[in-house]
Amino acid sequence: MTDSAYTLLVVFLGMAVAFAAAPLAIAWLWSKRFAPRKPGTVKKDVYECGLESSTKNWVQFKSDYYLYGILFLVFDIETVFLLPFAVSFKSLPIGAVVAMLVFLLLLVEGLVWAWRKGVLNWK
Amino acid sequence: MLSLDQIKLRIEQAVPGARVELVPNGALADQASLWLDAAHAVECARFLRETPDLSFDYASNVTGVDWPDTTVKTKVKKVVEGQETDVEESVVKPGFLEAVYHLYSMTRKHGPLVIRLRTANRTDSVRLPSFTPVWRGAEFQEREIFDLFGIVFDGHPDLRRLLMWDGFQDHPMRKDYVEPDDYEYEPTPHDEVLEKAQSRAAKEANA
Amino acid sequence: MDEGLRNELSKAGVFTTSLSELYNWGQKNSLWPLQFGLACCAIEMIAASMARFDIARFGAEVFRPSPRQADLMIVAGTVTKKMAPQVVRLYNQMPEPKFVIAMGACAISGGPFKQGYNVLKGIDRYIPVDVHIPGCPPRPEALLHALMTLQKKIEEQSLTGINRPRQMDPNQTGEFPIPTFGAHDLEPPSNPEVWRPIKIDRGS
Repeated sequence: MTDSAYTLLVVFLGMAVAFAAAPLAIAWLWSKRFAPRKPGTVKKDVYECGLESSTKNWVQFKSDYYLYGILFLVFDIETVFLLPFAVSFKSLPIGAVVAMLVFLLLLVEGLVWAWRKGVLNWK
Repeated sequence: MLSLDQIKLRIEQAVPGARVELVPNGALADQASLWLDAAHAVECARFLRETPDLSFDYASNVTGVDWPDTTVKTKVKKVVEGQETDVEESVVKPGFLEAVYHLYSMTRKHGPLVIRLRTANRTDSVRLPSFTPVWRGAEFQEREIFDLFGIVFDGHPDLRRLLMWDGFQDHPMRKDYVEPDDYEYEPTPHDEVLEKAQSRAAKEANA
Repeated sequence: MDEGLRNELSKAGVFTTSLSELYNWGQKNSLWPLQFGLACCAIEMIAASMARFDIARFGAEVFRPSPRQADLMIVAGTVTKKMAPQVVRLYNQMPEPKFVIAMGACAISGGPFKQGYNVLKGIDRYIPVDVHIPGCPPRPEALLHALMTLQKKIEEQSLTGINRPRQMDPNQTGEFPIPTFGAHDLEPPSNPEVWRPIKIDRGS
C-alpha cells in the first residue's frame, strides 16, 4: 500500500501546480487574444509622480547601514530581557542579578568591540 | 505707532540722503503709505526693522502693482501767430511698476506700515532692491512678483519664477498681458468671454 | 443567446453567461483609482471613500499610489498649466484598460478659473475622458454616480468588432503626447486627436 500513498501525494502535487498555473495561463491566453500589449517610452519610463526623472534610476545605496542595524539588536535584546527582569526585580535572588549583569556585560562587550573597530563612524 | 509723518522724519534723520514721500490714499480705507527711493531702500528697511521703538520685524504681505502709461491732457495757453489761444496738449506720463510691503511689529504690536518701491518705467529699468535680506519671509513673495509683474529684485538669494514655468516669457499680472487665445469652445459665453469667442470664431472663419 | 431562453433557464436554476459579460462584470467591479488629488474636489473624493459614502460598495476603494496598479484616474480638481504635463504623463504610465473621470468644473472646463492665465481649460484637451462630472465641487454622490455611469459604460463594451474599446484594439495607442512648456502657453494648447470641440455658430 505504500505505492498508492505516494501516488496520492503525486496527484496532490499535480493538482496544486495546476491550480497555481491555470489562472496565469488563462490570463496569458486572454491577453494574447483580447488585450494587446502596448509598450511605450513614456509608459515604461521611471515613475516619479508624473515628473520626468532627472537622474539615473539605478542608484547604489550604501550597505553600511546593516552594521548599525545589527548593533541596534544589542539594545533591542537588552530591552526585551531587562524589562521583565526589572518588573520582578524585588523578588529575585542575588544569583539572578549576577546572571543579568553577566548577560549585560556580554552584550556591552560586543558593542565596545565594534565601537573600537570604528564601525560606528559613518563613512 | 508713530504717525507716518513722524516715521518719515525719523527715516530722513537716520538715513542721510534718503528720499521718502508720503503717498496719500483717496479711497475709503484712507491708508496712506510711504514711498522710499530705491537707492536707500534697504538702509531704510533696516532702520525700520532694527529701531527699538519701531521694530517692524514682520513683512506680512508683499505685492506688486502695475501702473500703465497714462496720457494727461492739459490746456496750455500759447501764443500762436501773435494771438493767445488755448491749446490742448497731451503728455504721456510713463507708467511704472510698484512693490508694496505691509509691515507689522510683533514685539511692539503695531502696524501695518505700508511702504512702496517704484521702478523708473515698465520696460527696461525694472530693477528694485530686494528686502529678502531684511525680512526673510519676503523671499517667495518677491519671487512671485518677479514672476507675475517682472520686477527684478537685486540682492534676492534665489530669484526664479514661482508660479509659472522657467521658459515662460510673459508677466501675467501686467495690465497689457495678452492671454493665449484658447476660446475655441465656449458653450455658455457672456460679456468678455463672448467677445473673445466671437473674435476667435471670426478668425477661424477667415482662415 | 436568446433573452427568453436565458430567462427560462434561470428560472430552472441554470445560470448562463457569455465571456464578455463575465469579463466586463469583473472589470467594472474592481476599478482601482489612482490616488491623487489636485484641489478641493479631492476632499470630496476622500469623503466618497470614507464610511458615510463608501466607494467600496462599488469595488473602487483601493486607491493605488502608483499608476502601474491603477485602472481609473479621477482628475479631482483644478489642472494648472504647470501640472498638466504631469497628469498626462501619469495617464500614459497607467496600464490598459484605463478610464478617466474628470471631476468638478475645473477639470472639465477650467471652472471659475477659466479666464486665468495658468489654468488648463479642461483635462479633456489632452487625454480622453470617459465621464465628466460638473459641480464645484461635486458632492460624493455625484462621484458615485459618475462611477456607476462608468460601470454602465464598461458593461456595454464588446470584446471584438469595430466598437471594441480602445484598449482592445491593437492599432490604437495607449499613450498621448505630453504637452511641453512653451514661451506663452503649453505646446500644443490641445491635442486635436483627443479633443474635437463642437463648432458653435456665433451668428455674425
